[in-house]
This record gives sequence, structure tokens and C-alpha cells, in this order.
Amino acid sequence: MATLDSKIPEGPLKDKWTNHKNHINVVNPANKRAIDVIIVGTGLAGGSAAASLAEMGYSVKAFCFQDSPRRAHSIAAQGGINAAKNYQNDGDSTFRLFYDTVKGGDYRAREANVYRLAEVSANIIDQCVAQGVPFARDYGGLLDNRSFGGVLVSRTFYAKGQTGQQLLLGAYSAMNRQIGKGKIKMYNRHEMLELVMVDGKARGIIARNLVTGEVERHSAHAVVIASGGYGNVFFLSTNAMGSNVTAAWRVHKKGAYFANPCYTQIHPTCIPRSGDYQSKLTLMSESLRNDGRIWVPKNMKDVEAIRNGSKKPVELSEEERDYYLERRYPAFGNLVPRDVASRAAKERCDAGYGVNATGEAVYLDFASAIMRYGKEQATIQHEHDASDARIKELGTKVIENKYGNLFQMYEKITDDNPYKTPMMIYPAVHYTMGGIWVDYNLMTTIPGCYATGEANFSDHGANRLGASALMQGLADGYFVLPYTIGDYLAGDIRTGAIPTDSPEFDEAEKSVVDRLNKFINNKGTKSVDHFHKLLGKVMWDKVGMARDEKGLKEAIAEIRQIREDFHKDVFVPGTVNEFNPELEKATRVEDFLELGELFAMDALERTESCGGHFREESKTEEGEAKRDDDNFAYVAAWEWTGDPGKAKLHKEELTFNDIELKQRSYK
Amino acid sequence: MKLTLKIWRQKNSNDKGGIQTYPIDNVSEHMSFLEMMDVLNEQLITQGTDPIAFDHDCREGICGMCSMYINGEAHGPDRGVTTCQLHMRKFKDGDTIYIEPFRAKGFPVIKDLVVDRTAFDRIQHAGGFVSVNTSGNTQDANAIPIPKDDADKAFDAATCIGCGACVASCKNASAMLFVSAKVSQFSLLPQGKVEAKRRVLNMVEQMDKEGFGNCTNTGACEVECPKGISLENIARMNREYLKASLASD
Repeated sequence: MATLDSKIPEGPLKDKWTNHKNHINVVNPANKRAIDVIIVGTGLAGGSAAASLAEMGYSVKAFCFQDSPRRAHSIAAQGGINAAKNYQNDGDSTFRLFYDTVKGGDYRAREANVYRLAEVSANIIDQCVAQGVPFARDYGGLLDNRSFGGVLVSRTFYAKGQTGQQLLLGAYSAMNRQIGKGKIKMYNRHEMLELVMVDGKARGIIARNLVTGEVERHSAHAVVIASGGYGNVFFLSTNAMGSNVTAAWRVHKKGAYFANPCYTQIHPTCIPRSGDYQSKLTLMSESLRNDGRIWVPKNMKDVEAIRNGSKKPVELSEEERDYYLERRYPAFGNLVPRDVASRAAKERCDAGYGVNATGEAVYLDFASAIMRYGKEQATIQHEHDASDARIKELGTKVIENKYGNLFQMYEKITDDNPYKTPMMIYPAVHYTMGGIWVDYNLMTTIPGCYATGEANFSDHGANRLGASALMQGLADGYFVLPYTIGDYLAGDIRTGAIPTDSPEFDEAEKSVVDRLNKFINNKGTKSVDHFHKLLGKVMWDKVGMARDEKGLKEAIAEIRQIREDFHKDVFVPGTVNEFNPELEKATRVEDFLELGELFAMDALERTESCGGHFREESKTEEGEAKRDDDNFAYVAAWEWTGDPGKAKLHKEELTFNDIELKQRSYK
Repeated sequence: MKLTLKIWRQKNSNDKGGIQTYPIDNVSEHMSFLEMMDVLNEQLITQGTDPIAFDHDCREGICGMCSMYINGEAHGPDRGVTTCQLHMRKFKDGDTIYIEPFRAKGFPVIKDLVVDRTAFDRIQHAGGFVSVNTSGNTQDANAIPIPKDDADKAFDAATCIGCGACVASCKNASAMLFVSAKVSQFSLLPQGKVEAKRRVLNMVEQMDKEGFGNCTNTGACEVECPKGISLENIARMNREYLKASLASD
């Protein structure tokens, strides 16, 4: 049985990574050619790893379900990427980034991993600029920064509202160079459906070619899972439609422990849902909270007037508005971390102050920022007697330069002009901090199977700070995995190519083919989406922003029931041997239905509140989350035992030597 | 809203394909175009028939996966949007809507509305990169200041999402807007200048091999581009190409 050894190197925190790199095994360049590495997923974590490993000389096979690696969901990240460069001279440092990340994660992340992340963060920016990533610059030609929630410095690098796309295109361009050289073999429109293990080691995958439907065998000396998060277990989330847990769940069922599945990030600034047909939710970048002020009306009569259309939000005076984040958290105001901002919005809406028809929306208002910037511009342009209208015009231009594409996106979706009327926002599922358990080397509990980026659990604890996902994805792929994987692969230099005609491959392929045929032959009456929506509703209502024992127990029973009904009554049209999107959805939802139960179990077991996980039973008198370090300062790593309801819990104790544990306060 | 949808159905790349008619009722103006397609597909599945295959993923206009040709326009009648951002409020009750795949020799149909755009990937394999390995020792990101104007122009070119609307909109099925956006991004930045010559020659050569047509300056690509990529990029690429082909070292 696998054991939980986090393999954190000895020595002082700041020397751990350097010492570790100096002492692990490396593979000589001639031997790397004979070693194959499979990478599943081509977002920031997978794409950067694929390119870096190929540059080093390994033979890489990369897989993505999209039609091009450039479309992986990292592309949708808007706001930015953190790095401890201290270009703004505001006292930023590796330690400060490390500290903010551990605190922001509510002290549920591993110190050593987070410190390493902070340590390599500056290299990421250097690397990306060298690749031609067009970050925002100031008039001196140097890189510009903005600030994000939960921190007191400006360390976020950005490329307007599409930082994710620009960083992914950087990693993709590095991949392209290696694909052109034949060092990466790229498999577009392929989905991993099973992990193949030989002698207890990860030795390959079974993948389906989504165009022809063919089930294929691929072997390698190591398998890297970089397949992203599982937010779509909620059906509605800001994740892309195709984002799924399948690759991660398949390795879990083969022996990789799944850590902290209940840690989910509910992002505070998303466009509220508009109807039952809704297929996904759209995020508005957190960077908007730099300049936007969040409020609801103070008086219920104004709420009603706004809902029935007799009053417009702009007609409310300052005194009639409740800027509840500024009121409750004067130190951080509108820039409190995401979990805090989301819960505060829910609190106001639950109290009846929601400003749209569904009662699930609050305002994000740019009017004061427009005036503030307008006055600044008027001074710069020597227009000392500018009228309010002129100031507004000047300020609007500044806002347009900063957030133009986000405002445009908002207007296209809602048909409202956010320059003139405040945006409406509401929290939505956005990111999952939980994921496959990995050690310091990013290896799972299966030898030779690694997990990087959002797919692993390691760096964000119970809550991720804004602009840290891009940082972690690229840190893992560019600067961590390429070194640590060598330590393992050094043992494989004499192995030779892994054959795909072994009984292990036969069996894995058969299980996949059987699974696919079962769906096609099921001939039920309801679509896959029907069951996915049912699951999503249970997850949102009972395993969402606030959780309690009763609801979680109900959720577990309900999810089991939905799973049973799904297997009995799902209908998948078409055949296995063709392009069949419904069949793709079916295998993904089957895995979500198992994960959902484990997710609720994990939430039930953790009776404390921490980060994104809020238990009604564990709060302060003021309603803030209350952590319980005496009983819960551990990583919950779950072992598959044949049924998600019977998963076995293993605990990795978290020790903090360089940070003092405090109850988080942003007041 | 009540609509009549005329949709291209094609079983696979060998099938001849043709338009079929689907009536749809109860369409809300707040739906996105793809949500309307979801509703139609749910109906088809409930009737036990094959739903319409279409590409989509992020549904917020950035992944570039969605690709329909709606009433004769790539990504439909609205400007500056992808199909996933197109909303039904742009249509009227009783409308008939024609939905076809992107059509170009370089984009063969896979099924129904899904086309193969890997030609774009191959063009980038030929040179869409800066030859720099991963290393913790590249120079500091601020070592070379880049004039804001150049950085902004490079960014504007880099906003291309690789959706292929430019090709689908062009009467010559030319990929010049796409390729020029990539060439421009790198040629405007000091990091990309070192390999500028090689890059433009190789990428243009690959573009021609993929069967894309030439540019005759009609500008439909710029109009239909969801990210507003400017024709200036094509002019820049032509200059780069000329310089690389004619000038001696």
C-alpha cells in the first residue's frame, strides 16, 4: 500500500529547493532520447512541461481533447500572474509572496511547496518575456503591475484582460518549436480514458481519438496529469464546457490519492445566471475590484424598487448604499480574498438584498473610479476648471484602457452598459484547490505518475489568491517538474521502450472499450446533461458556499441516487466509432458522479471552516470562518477502495515552522 | 421566439452533406447562440436522433473553438464576438437562420459544423516562436525596455484567438490575417526580431502548402474578426516578407 511521504527536503526553508536540485539524480542527455513521457493536458502546466522536457531531450507525447493545444482552459484566465519581482519598490520579496499565499490559503498548504513557488515566480516573468509574451508596459517601456485581492503589494503582471491567453500562447509557441523538431508528438482531439500500470508503475495511457472514435494505446516511462480542475462537477461554473476530472479520477481509481476534494473556490465576480438554459457562467476579472466598489441598497424599499424597475441603481445616493465590504473589512475593503468576498455577497443576498429578479446579484460600481481618474487626467492635461461631464469623459477613457475588453464582454452578454450603470455580479464556482495528492517532487502515490497545475492539490491550501493559478501552472511546468522527474527517470535509462502488447495494456483497453459500449447499448431515456444538471444542483445547494452536516449527508445520499439513475437511464446516441460529443460527455459525467460523493464526504469530515470551505457549525460570533488548527491542520488524502463512499482517509500533518498560524483577518 | 434553423449536416469527411430544417420554439432573447443549439440538441436527443456536432469550449470568446457560419457570416451578424458570445437578441421572432461550417480548402469538415483547423497549428510549427529554451537564467524581464506603442501593437496582434473566421470570411480562403498577426507580434518585439526573416519565410511557405488562398485586400477578414485584428498586420507581414526575400545581409 502506498504511504504518504511528502519527501520535503531537510534544511532551512529558503535552501530546500536549491539543495534538493543539487542532490537529485539527473539523466544524461544521450539517455533522455530513449525516455518517453506522456503529458495529459496542454494548458499552462502541461504545455510548459511538454516544451521544457522536450527541450531537455526527452521524447514527449502530449494529449489534449481540444482541436489545438492553444485552446486549453488556461486561456480564459483574465487578470494576471503574480511574481515577487518588487519592480514597484513596495517591499515585495520571496518571503512576502510565500507568506501571503500561505495566509491566503488559510494555512492549509505545505510551507515548502509554497516557498518554492514564490522562489521561482520571478523566473517565470523573465522566461515569458523572452518568449515574446506582450505584457502590459508603462511609457518608460518597463513592465506594469496591478494589485489583486488578499495582498498589500502590486505584484501582478498582466496583458490587459487576457493574461491567460498570452501566457498560454507563450507555452504553446515553445511547444510548437518542439513539435516542429519532432521532439513532441502532439495528439489533438484525444482524451485519456485510462492509466496503464505495469509492475506497479505508471507506464502508459489508453486514449480515445475523438475524431475517429478509435481507442489507442500509448506507452511511456512516466505519465504527467496536467488536466486542470474539476469545477464542472457543479455543472455551472466558469470552467470551459469540456473541462473535466476524468484523467485525474482515472489515476485516483488506480491508486493515486485524491487530496482535499472539498476545497473549491467560488469566485465573487461573475455574471449572474439568467435562466435554466444557462450552460456556463462567465467570470469578470478580479482586477475589476481594484477600481470597482461593491454594494447593495441599504434599504429594502430600494431593493424592491430596483427589482420592479421603478428605480435605477444610479439614482441611489451614497447614503442609501451599503458598501458592505468596505464596512466589514476596512483594511482590505473591496480587495479582500475571494472566499471572503463571495461569502459576504451571499450573506447580503440571503438577507434579501440581492438586486436582480433572482435575488442573486450585487453591484460592482465604477462611478467613483471614473471620477477619480477623470480628475487626475484633468490635472495632467491642465484642465483645471473641467466640468463634471468632462471629468467623467476623461475618467471613462482611463477605465476603458484598463478594462475595455471586460466591459465589452459584459455588455455583449447582459446588454447593459457598465460605463453608465453598475455591473451586476454574483459568485460562481471557478477553481478547485483540491486535486491529486503529490509529494514535493509532484509525484502522486503511483510511482511514475505526476500531477501538475490545478490537477494537483499542493500550493493553494484552502483558498487560492488571485493571479496565483497561472503562477503555479507555469512554475510546475517550467521550473519544478523538469528537474524532479529526472530523479525518477534516472532509474529507467536501461528499461528501453515500453511495449504496448502486454496483458496490462490488453486489460486496460478492454475496460475502456467495455465502458464505452455500455453507454451506447444502454438505450435509456434521458440525456447526459439531464443528470449532470441534477448533480450540479445538489452540489451548489448543499456542497456550495456554505455547508452543514445535515445538507452534506443529504447530498451524499442524493448523489448516490443520481448515479444509480444515470447508469440505468442515460441515453447516448450514435456509435463508439465516430465523432460523438455525447459519448465524451457520458464518460466525464460518470466520473463527476463519483467525485461528487467523495467531495461531499471530505466536506463532511472537515468540521472546521477554512478558506473556501465554510461549515455553518464553525464560525465566529460575527459570522466569520473559524479554523480549528488543533484538529484539522492536515491534508485529507483519500484512497480509492472500490466505492467513493468507502474511500479511506489518510492524513498528512501540516507543520508550520516559518509562519505563525493566525486566525485570518482582513479587517 | 420561434425560429426555423437550416443546418448543415454531414456524417463525416467522406459524406456529401446537406442542409436540413429544424423548427425551434421558446427561444429566449437572453440565450447565447450556443445555448439555443444546446436546447435544440436536447430535443433531438430526447427524440432519439443524432444531435448536431459543433465545436465549443470556453463559451466566453477566448478559446477560439466555436466556429459557425451563420447567415453567411463567420460567428454571425454581431461584430467583435465569437459565436458563443452571440446572443439571440440579435435575431427576430420568426427568423430563418442558416448555420453552416467554416468553409475552406484548408479546413476540411469533420462532422456537421466541426472543421479541422490543424493547418493553423502546422503554420505555427514552422516558425511561430522565439527560439529560447526554458531556463532560470534568461535576462531580467526589464532588461530591455520596449516602447509602449510597440508593446501595445504586439499585444493587439497577439489577441488573435486562432478561430479561423478570417479564412471562412475570405472569398479566397486566405489565412493572411491570421499568419500576419503571428508574424507581427514577434516582429514588433526585440525578442522576436532575431529570427524575423526565417520566421516570415517559413510561415508563409507553410501557409501556401496548406492550400490557403492569397490576399486581394477586400478586408472581409478584418470585419468579421472577433478580436478586431487589423489589416495593417497584413501590410506589415508583406513588408517583412519582401525584406526577407529581397534584401541581402
